[in-house]
Amino acid sequence: MARVTFTKNLERHVACPSEDVPGATLRAVLDGYFERHPLVRSYVLDEQSELRRHVVLFVDGRQVAERKGFTQAVRGDSEVYVMQALSGG
Amino acid sequence: MSDRLLVSTRKGLFEFTRSNAGRWAVSRVSFLGDAVSLSLHDRRTGVTYAGLGLGHYGVKLRRSRDGGASWDELAAPAFPPMPEGHEEKLPDGRPWPWRVEQIWALEAAPNGELWCGTVSGGLFVSRDQGDTFSLVRPLWDHPGRKNWFGGGADMPAIHSVCVHPTDPRTLAIGISCGGVWHSSDGGESWELSARGMRASYMPPDRTDDEGIQDPHRLVRCAASPERVWAQHHDGVFRSDDGGRSWSSIENVTPSVFGFAVAVHPRDPNTAWFVPAVKDETRVPVDAKVVVARTRDGGASFEILRAGLPQENAYDLTYRHALDVDESGERLAFGSTTGSLWLSENGGDSFTALSEHLPPVYAVRFA
Repeated sequence: MARVTFTKNLERHVACPSEDVPGATLRAVLDGYFERHPLVRSYVLDEQSELRRHVVLFVDGRQVAERKGFTQAVRGDSEVYVMQALSGG
Repeated sequence: MSDRLLVSTRKGLFEFTRSNAGRWAVSRVSFLGDAVSLSLHDRRTGVTYAGLGLGHYGVKLRRSRDGGASWDELAAPAFPPMPEGHEEKLPDGRPWPWRVEQIWALEAAPNGELWCGTVSGGLFVSRDQGDTFSLVRPLWDHPGRKNWFGGGADMPAIHSVCVHPTDPRTLAIGISCGGVWHSSDGGESWELSARGMRASYMPPDRTDDEGIQDPHRLVRCAASPERVWAQHHDGVFRSDDGGRSWSSIENVTPSVFGFAVAVHPRDPNTAWFVPAVKDETRVPVDAKVVVARTRDGGASFEILRAGLPQENAYDLTYRHALDVDESGERLAFGSTTGSLWLSENGGDSFTALSEHLPPVYAVRFA
């Protein structure tokens, strides 16, 4: 189960607690999280399922280069962070 | 008369309320810190809507059923997934994403429909008070839509939805830059008609092209719905046939350039504008904030300046930041430098309600 954690800044807008989510790919993990917390989805992805321009993802400390699809593999003990990009600040 | 005013700003939604003694003051602040592009209070249902643009997290729509004391999050209008392999490009070759970038028009129709125009050009309608929205496909799929381009925003944008007050299936919408589009069947079919508008920012052979006009704002007179006023990038225009054909009004003082326009709800010949220097500088003429008012259908204009700053004032009023209430007497406008003025006598004199708000995007009587 990967651990999914959101920037604290997002909590101001929508409840997004850190949770352990099963899944072998980043996409499966994110989908699993959004299934539990449907409102969070539109804050992270746009209607084309693309990462919002000023949101960035990290898996185990490495920034994710995929803006869509999120096919990269995650481990059972991976840490997924959803953060604000400073470009949007 | 309306005693409540909703002021959408770069840093929140400010509600001003008039006391029995006639004093206007901030009565509530919602979404402090967040950009609110537009709000709407639908008097028929008592529902208030606010469109937010969260810099990192996209466009959101919130709804209040208790006058703004509490807000629910709605699923904001959104495009359907773009078909696999489909490419959508603006006329200049840049990608045209199927993504709502901003809520730029919100209008409640007498039949209960809620219309939402957006930056990136999607028109959406809700028939359940915002619980769900659907993209108006006949407009989006119209081949003429592909000619639109950005003006004021990077993407084409629907900023005005003029619903006919007694026949809500008749609609006229204004697009920057895409002219004026009309439906007489509730949005099932659309046609472009903006005859008489002109666009000097285009090459000569495209100046009269109806489909690339840049009306900054359209407003329809409630009592005479065939009368529509437009503040256009190239001047002021008036229509007497619901926005299908337009006459240029040349003599607006001190300038024909601006963004906002308001029309008297009962007198189609009375309209207000907030002129600015055309068009790169976009500041008040001679650094004096004024409102231009016509009471004779555009034959003549008065410059209204009582109570407005007359030196070193660089306030610009955006297209949604001027409104008149249903009495036609109360007029309010806000500026990019955080000023908000209100008149209770149709513009004869103004009072500054604040000079320290965040940049004002939209002003609307509730």
